Amino acid sequence: MEEMETLRGRLDAMLQSQRLAVLSTAGAGGAPYGSLVSFAAPGTGRLLFATTRATRKYENLRADARVALLIDNRRGEEADFHETLAATALGRAVELTGKDREEGIAVYIAKFPFLEEFVRAPSCALFRVDVERWIMVTRFQNVIEVNPLP
Amino acid sequence: MSFTLPLDRVEPRDRDRVGGKGYALARMARQGLPVPDALLVTVDAYRQYLRHTGIGEAVALEINRKIAGEMRWEEMWDAALRIRNLFLRTPLPGSLRDELARAIDARFRGAAVVVRSSAPGEDSAKASFAGLHESFVNVRGTESILDRIRLVWASLWSDAALLYRQELGLDVATSTMAVVVQEIVAGDRSGVAFSVSPEDPSRSVIEAVHGLNQGLVDGSVEPDRWVIDRGRGRILSHRPATREKALFAADSGVEARALPAALAGTPPLEPEDVLRVFRTVMDVEQFFGSPQDMEWTIRSGSLYILQARPVTADGSDGDKRAWYLTLRRSFENLKALRQAVEGKWIPAMVYDADTLAGTDPAALSDQDLASEIERRRSLHEKWHDIYYAQFIPLAHGIRLFGQVYNDALRPADPYEFMDLLGGTEMISLERNRLLARMAARIRNNPHLAGSLRQGALAGIDPDFDADFETFSRTFGDLGCGTNRCFSGQDALVGLLLRMAEAPPARERFDAGAIEGRREAFLKSFEGDARQRAAEILDLGRASYRLRDNDNIHLGKIEGALLAAVDEGRRRLARTWGIAASALSAEDSVRALRDPDWRPQEGARQPEGKRPAAGLRARQLRGQPAGPGVARGTARVISGPEDLLEIRAGEILVCDAIDPNMTFAVPLAAGIVERRGGMLIHGAIIAREYGIPCVTGVPGAAELIRTGDRVSVDGWLGIVTIEASPSL
Repeated sequence: MEEMETLRGRLDAMLQSQRLAVLSTAGAGGAPYGSLVSFAAPGTGRLLFATTRATRKYENLRADARVALLIDNRRGEEADFHETLAATALGRAVELTGKDREEGIAVYIAKFPFLEEFVRAPSCALFRVDVERWIMVTRFQNVIEVNPLP
Repeated sequence: MSFTLPLDRVEPRDRDRVGGKGYALARMARQGLPVPDALLVTVDAYRQYLRHTGIGEAVALEINRKIAGEMRWEEMWDAALRIRNLFLRTPLPGSLRDELARAIDARFRGAAVVVRSSAPGEDSAKASFAGLHESFVNVRGTESILDRIRLVWASLWSDAALLYRQELGLDVATSTMAVVVQEIVAGDRSGVAFSVSPEDPSRSVIEAVHGLNQGLVDGSVEPDRWVIDRGRGRILSHRPATREKALFAADSGVEARALPAALAGTPPLEPEDVLRVFRTVMDVEQFFGSPQDMEWTIRSGSLYILQARPVTADGSDGDKRAWYLTLRRSFENLKALRQAVEGKWIPAMVYDADTLAGTDPAALSDQDLASEIERRRSLHEKWHDIYYAQFIPLAHGIRLFGQVYNDALRPADPYEFMDLLGGTEMISLERNRLLARMAARIRNNPHLAGSLRQGALAGIDPDFDADFETFSRTFGDLGCGTNRCFSGQDALVGLLLRMAEAPPARERFDAGAIEGRREAFLKSFEGDARQRAAEILDLGRASYRLRDNDNIHLGKIEGALLAAVDEGRRRLARTWGIAASALSAEDSVRALRDPDWRPQEGARQPEGKRPAAGLRARQLRGQPAGPGVARGTARVISGPEDLLEIRAGEILVCDAIDPNMTFAVPLAAGIVERRGGMLIHGAIIAREYGIPCVTGVPGAAELIRTGDRVSVDGWLGIVTIEASPSL
């Protein structure tokens, strides 16, 4: 119970401290596809990630906007099993254009200044994920669903 | 990196590798003080074992099941039991085993040894772990020694040690363990010596027993005690013990034997021996530069120092440790407790319950009813206190048996021993059998079922009527909860009708299967040890049975109190209306005595804790308490009325269930409980019926709602809320 009260705070902190997420998209016939993306989080309800348009994930997203993103704080050690906090975001990805894209890029490069050239390239698409729900796992097997705050 | 060090090779930099006890022994040996030869197994061996076998993370997963503050000690025990079994069943990796075996062979060549814990930081001037970690006396043969080393390692994770470290604020995750393998000195007189008395800094204290000193250390043998003037080296007083028995080395381990009359009449030490022990402990104090607590023994006139550690500076730490030490009760202690509970307390409690049943509250005047409520309340308080002081500690009998069983048979399922305790004559099972019999009569007699549905209670089946009458007389009103009784006979009839619609529940154990397990357990012991094992099993079974039965008796006294309070509320309702139903026992008494009395506007009960907004539990981790998997609709129990609503195949979800509530269990497909531990009543009764059960789920009754579709994994201790109609 105590854990649930601190969960939102831990999610916020992790979204700021972590840089990479595992993005899941659906390919032809619904086949799952996973890829590592850098992400920025203006809040728990919205996530930003970028991809060039020749990629599989871009192709998949054009056909099916539903995504899952996994963000966690594992360190690659045995202790990860009891220590890791894992959060899966379920939602839809929308490619940003115009003013939305410019605002998004500003948030993105504030976190990843070294990716400015990448994200500003005309061949690069910036996506916003509107998160419908978070599924958070603590202590190996405790699972709590969290609605993003508006 | 070496896994072992002989005493003469220990350098100051090795202190944290060999632990406080090992380091002190090495320093005394170098100084020429008389200590037995020993081999020190360093913490590197422990770490290598953990790393190589993956046990380290398995332990971390166990103790991080939930926030430490939310773990009751019963859950700590559960975790400790599983961890100990893990160590028992995980052999040493080959290279580590070979190196340890070589060093042990070379040093002891088959001689008997003592295997002692020596955790770094264990014995400092700030905190003492004396008695919290395990030691094994009189172990013979390399294989047995290697085995005990693993058990000493495991004792780092005993519930007592875990709780004590938590209390001291020590980091559990980084704790580690070295081991002292010490040549045994089978002394004929032994004891302890405090260079500075805990009560008076100008004095020393020496305690001594005949035989080995394990009996003194674990409290089962009373010692003679001398107080000595530190400055003048003179004996100030001698308090002789009632010398009845002593511990001696057996084939393996130690055993208590009655003292021959000649020894019983003689103090273990002559005055000159007392002064010799005194001078030695003063030498040790001088050597270490701080007051010392020393264990010693005398064999054929030669004095040996078995171990020495600083006297804990802060006396209060010693007091705290004493509480944690009660988590490891001896067989003798528990046997005496059982005698008192069975022979004295239960009969007295039954007598009180019967006396109360002889007075009908409805027949009393208002004034007399007020007095009767007060009488019942004070009786209930009295028995409640006795219950906590005398009955609850008896549960340690189950623990003791469990440990003996697991050590002997090393089963894959650390709870296998529970099967041997099942099927004992518990009142709650008798009650459930009577319910099942009545349900069967309804199931087989549509006429009876129809009549009951229409509210006619008697006259169709005389056998049913007789059972119904017996049930009401013996077990009272099932609807009596912790606050009030509400139900009457309708609720019982409703429950029976639903039981009749469901297939009959089966108790999992039959006498034959239990007997088979019993034989397998006893066969793993030989000679006197088998007799002892049988006694420990008997104690375990008695503890298990009493743990349920004492609640049923206490429940009757509570029921009598509630019945009287309810009668009061009924009468007060004439003037008070609905508000009367919320009156406490105390306020009912006031109102009955003084018709003009009105309660103060008081603070309302705080609302139950609700999860934070926008959060929903999907899967909750608790403790596995009854094997199997079940899926069904949740029935959350907030009061006794919910319990009577239960439908066959539902998952019973509650905060804490007591034996007075377990009549509903045979209808349930699974059980989830907030209170943790395998010895709680929900878990006990679940095992009897083979129903999957998960306990120790924080906030279970708040996070799960009636109607949720729930899956209960009693193998792993996980509850999954698959779907919630409320969303």
